[in-house]
Amino acid sequence: MNRRVKFIAGGLIIVAALGYLVYAGVSQSMVYFVTPSELQAAPVSGKAYRLGGMVERGSLKWEPKTLSLAFTLTDGKTAVPVRHRGAPPDLFAEGRGAVVEGTWSGEGFFKASLILAKHSEEYKAPHDSNQAGYKELLKTLRKEEANK
Amino acid sequence: MIPELGYAATVAALALALFGCIAAAVGASTERHALVVSSERAAIGVWLLVTACMLLLVYAFLTFDFSVRYVASNTNRGTPFYYRITALWGSLEGSIILWTWMLSLYTLIVVGQYRRRQPKFYPWVLAVMLAVAGFFLLVMTIPAPPFDRLTPVPADGRGLNPLLEDSGMITHPVALYLGFTGFTVPFAFAMAALIIGRTGDEWITITRRWTIVAWYFLSLGLLIGGWWSYHVLGWGGYWAWDPVENAAFMPWLTATAFLHSVMIQERRRMLKLWNLTLIILTFSLTLFGTFLTRSGIIGSVHAFTQGSIGIFFLVFLALVMLGAFSLLAWRIERLRAQSELDSIFSRESAFLLNNLFLVAAAFTVFFGTVFPLLSEAVNGQKVSVGAPFFNLVNIPIFLALIFLMGVGPLIAWRRASAENLRRNFLMPVVIGVVGAALCRAFGVGNLLVLLCMGLVVFVAATIALDFWRAARARRRAGDGWLEATWGLALRQNRRYGGFVVHLGILVIALGVTGSQAWSTQTEATINRGATVELAGYTIRFDDLQPVEESNHFKVVGTFSVSDRRGPYTVLTPAKKFYPQEQTPIAAVDYRLGFVEDLYLVLGDFARDGSHATVKVQINRMVSWLWIGGLILTLGAALAIAPEGRRTAARPRRDHAVMA
Repeated sequence: MNRRVKFIAGGLIIVAALGYLVYAGVSQSMVYFVTPSELQAAPVSGKAYRLGGMVERGSLKWEPKTLSLAFTLTDGKTAVPVRHRGAPPDLFAEGRGAVVEGTWSGEGFFKASLILAKHSEEYKAPHDSNQAGYKELLKTLRKEEANK
Repeated sequence: MIPELGYAATVAALALALFGCIAAAVGASTERHALVVSSERAAIGVWLLVTACMLLLVYAFLTFDFSVRYVASNTNRGTPFYYRITALWGSLEGSIILWTWMLSLYTLIVVGQYRRRQPKFYPWVLAVMLAVAGFFLLVMTIPAPPFDRLTPVPADGRGLNPLLEDSGMITHPVALYLGFTGFTVPFAFAMAALIIGRTGDEWITITRRWTIVAWYFLSLGLLIGGWWSYHVLGWGGYWAWDPVENAAFMPWLTATAFLHSVMIQERRRMLKLWNLTLIILTFSLTLFGTFLTRSGIIGSVHAFTQGSIGIFFLVFLALVMLGAFSLLAWRIERLRAQSELDSIFSRESAFLLNNLFLVAAAFTVFFGTVFPLLSEAVNGQKVSVGAPFFNLVNIPIFLALIFLMGVGPLIAWRRASAENLRRNFLMPVVIGVVGAALCRAFGVGNLLVLLCMGLVVFVAATIALDFWRAARARRRAGDGWLEATWGLALRQNRRYGGFVVHLGILVIALGVTGSQAWSTQTEATINRGATVELAGYTIRFDDLQPVEESNHFKVVGTFSVSDRRGPYTVLTPAKKFYPQEQTPIAAVDYRLGFVEDLYLVLGDFARDGSHATVKVQINRMVSWLWIGGLILTLGAALAIAPEGRRTAARPRRDHAVMA
């Protein structure tokens, strides 16, 4: 009997340690998912957020030389300026949804450390306007080639 | 034509599966053998019909039959030949067909293997497996019909998701589904054991090998998934703790726990209830994973098709768990342990701890994955925990598991004496400490890394010590060298197969540790002809070229790389533009190495080719993951091989002569 009590006590201690580990893990790495409106209503600088919205058309600015990427995420009511260091990832474009992870800078913009692009198993209908864009791109690259 | 034929075959298979399930159950409980025989025929019929479904769909893909909605959404006239075949499982509906087909194949093998050897068990096994197959056929009939007709018939299809045009995506789902469906066999045996009340070790001995098969395929699926993520997605990682990955990882953890606790039941007649619970949990988690990823309740990076399918899986999952645990409760008095723990220093307790940690890991992964749901239900806040949570919680658990990996196989059963502990562990502990000290001397500063290195060396030393002792004993008994090593491994293939699997896991652990601790990266925009430097590599941007492929066109950058010794390689990362995608997709280029991979992603570029933005990564020891996967494959094959003691009891003379 005594042995059984010992085993149970040992097991409980391990389970308690694991429980604490989970608790500490959650409190350290909790990220709040907010929309631009929710963020603007009560921004807390330094707190980790996941901000989801649509990249506003005409807001995307990409400076290759300094690797600075700036755009505005909107939910239709409120828009939040976002800044990020790095090239725009795949599947990221104006007029499309995006989720960014980062913190509120306290200086009027959201500092993104990560841009989450959704990769999809499903396929979108062919986009004619973009098709034209690619054709043009192909043409300019070809021209460049011919000029060499 | 194909949609109607396919749909008819699906419905017929569903009817046959249901009939077979009921016939087997009634036949078994009333001992009418004729019914069981007709249920066997139904199982063969199900397999034939599902095979027909698959062939019909492949035929539709090969002939571009866009009247089938699934074909039109997953291929177009530019899709290369082999991707038109693998497009079969490129999306949900086809994946379900593949899944059902594998399940019906497993059912056939079970019929073939056990109809004579296990006349009591197998009618119930058949009934359970046909019931599960029936569920998947129901899914194929109502919420995810692969043969849905598309009207009007389009001139061309939408094309396969570009990310799936890759060798990893050809093999990853196949391995993963073989793993998932494979767990149906032990689950069916567990249910049969409960129903007929033979809850001893019989079913466990039968299903142990099946569980290893399923476990192996699941491991392979996870590793190939990591490889796909690494060389296709262009973020330089292989594991992101995404819900989809977690969904496959949870059953892996519980199955691993089962494979270990089974040994205690075989040896000491303990943990019967626990083993049954683990098998039920593992099977339920395979269903839960599908529910989680296909219902859309959890946001994932993989945006899967959503629809009513989630409800189907949830209801089936509830039925499975309710049924299985009711059976368990009904038979509970037969599941008492026939012996108990004697000492903390024993193999039993090492295995118990291993189980505790594996199940705890599964629980933390589960908790972290559904945390957003919990939090939203409790206080309405949308909160999630990401990779930092999983890493923080799982690192200590996995370090403890590695430690136990060294202790478990060598410590004595029942009660280890001080002499036993000293004899088996003194040397390995010393070697482990020396290993860690050497790493420290070579400049490894991180405490966690040192701990992991020390533990890995310790475990490797226990395995080497054990094998060396056994081989020496065989030598003294007069065996040749080859016979004493290779022959020994073959004869005790279960034990040494397990050890080889452990070695594979150790190599993977080193790969994970090294890549997390020592990888480095940079991002830069460089003009044509200019260079960027990282960790001794100099990367020069030479050229940018457009290239046209059958179903897309790409812009390929040429970068020549030199290291400290001179020119090293030329890398050609690209951006691919698919007509069906609105944004381009990066195609990574890399040079894999034993110590480090050079990994280059083309981020953005000027249209005139004057400058390009690249991400350069030096990913250290990532190759160890793939090498570890190969070792794991060898070990699993050795462990599954027919029991050595029985078939090769006599050492083969020709081996000895060769030696």
